Amino acid sequence: MSVHKMLKPVVFIFCLLPLMMIMWQAFTNGLGANPAETILDAMGNWAVYFLLITLTVTPLRRLTGWGGIVRLRRMFGLFVFFYASLHLLSYIWFDQYFDWHEIVNDIIKRPFISLGFMTFVLLIPLMLTSNKAMIIRLKANWKRLHQLVYPIAIMATVHFFLMTRADFQQPVIIALILSVLLMYRLVVYFQKKAARL
Amino acid sequence: MSFLIKKPDDIKSSEITSQSVYHERREFIKKMSLATTALIGAGHLSLAEAKAYPELAKSQFSSADKLTSLDDIKSYNNFYEFGTGKVDPAKNAKNFNPKPWSIAVEGEIEKPGVFDLEDFVKPYALEERIYRFRCVEGWSMVIPWVGFPLADMIKQFKPTSKAKYVEFVTLYDKEKMPGQAIRVLPWPYTEGLRIDEAMNPLTLMAVGLYGDELPNQNGAPIRLVVPWKYGFKNIKSIVKIRFTEHEPVSTWHKIGPKEYGFYSNVNPDVDHPRWSQKTERRIGEPFWSPKIQTQMFNGYSEQVAHLYSGMDLKRFF
Repeated sequence: MSVHKMLKPVVFIFCLLPLMMIMWQAFTNGLGANPAETILDAMGNWAVYFLLITLTVTPLRRLTGWGGIVRLRRMFGLFVFFYASLHLLSYIWFDQYFDWHEIVNDIIKRPFISLGFMTFVLLIPLMLTSNKAMIIRLKANWKRLHQLVYPIAIMATVHFFLMTRADFQQPVIIALILSVLLMYRLVVYFQKKAARL
Repeated sequence: MSFLIKKPDDIKSSEITSQSVYHERREFIKKMSLATTALIGAGHLSLAEAKAYPELAKSQFSSADKLTSLDDIKSYNNFYEFGTGKVDPAKNAKNFNPKPWSIAVEGEIEKPGVFDLEDFVKPYALEERIYRFRCVEGWSMVIPWVGFPLADMIKQFKPTSKAKYVEFVTLYDKEKMPGQAIRVLPWPYTEGLRIDEAMNPLTLMAVGLYGDELPNQNGAPIRLVVPWKYGFKNIKSIVKIRFTEHEPVSTWHKIGPKEYGFYSNVNPDVDHPRWSQKTERRIGEPFWSPKIQTQMFNGYSEQVAHLYSGMDLKRFF
């Protein structure tokens, strides 16, 4: 098989590593004193990391000129949804133990949970329209719809800030990386606008 | 002898066994270490294995809940002086040396002074107290503390009529506590109790756990234990105790007055703004199992509810 064809399966395995790591630790007693918290946090973190990776694809293509990388963007995006789902499932199972009344209560009353939940809901249409058929069917609207990824990224970062008790180092780093990635889009947007004039 | 003192409905047979096995093991280790010493005749190995507090009086206030493992107690800590991650204190407090240690007792008392820790602790009879420990974040442990009632100490210092509150302060020393290099909290960590809370027989000054000296990450060499309040009230590595007329401002209250009240009594009916306090995750239980119900005053209503009669606990949270 050529390197070209190997790329996707190899990256796919790499994207699964965080989950495999958690599962390995779960079987070997390596999740620490509070495994529920470790899993919940790890899945949330990886959803955010994949979101940043997804947003890095386009700038990276421009910078390196390597067009092949774009073929990985959909996979990265779907892994955002994958880890966000596991994050939500961990909350529903380990934190609330399927107490739907309490879950609804949480979503209504607690801003960081409301925001996290809304972020997840916005990911759903992106996941559902990620296949080729939908791209063709939605035409120009597809691109418009998938620009939802920007508010999603901002909301996820604010969600991270709101759940932090005192040490903001991690969410600050996430926010800095995200602002660079968003700034890049703004610059490109204004360059294109200027070129059209 | 514990079965004579405990209320019968508190006891499950399986748990008595586990506690007695724990003490038997302590005995066994001690004997083994003595035997080893005798065999090789080397003094320097002598009592290295023996616990610091092998003989402790049992307490009527001890819980019959299953103990949290020493490993979990030592590896899952909120002690920002040694880092903000739960596993940071175990790593970063390794080189912390709590000896020598002195404690200043001051304010509205007849006999203020600065004391060497050993002299400070000596007058009091140490006992083992098995208490539930409930963190404001929604997890809990069951910890066999070693300590003495704070009330015994307060009586020695003869507070004046102006002493309405007691303030406690943690060591502030960036060299010894590397987490203090970053101002995640306004150092030094400060906590406080109303004088009647401090005098309550449940309130403990702890110098150890599991029959041994306090591990550094758990607040060596001396800390406060107030089992009906959230964990952050249980201030660690205390260097100053001050009796005051006015309510002290505790550290978490300072940075989040709407989130952390002065009282911070465990209360399943008063939510933290960011999470419900109805349930808790008991450390050591399977993570896929449901959490347990949180009890009013962490299950110590009988001993402490009267302290707050007539108070609106939603307002004074």
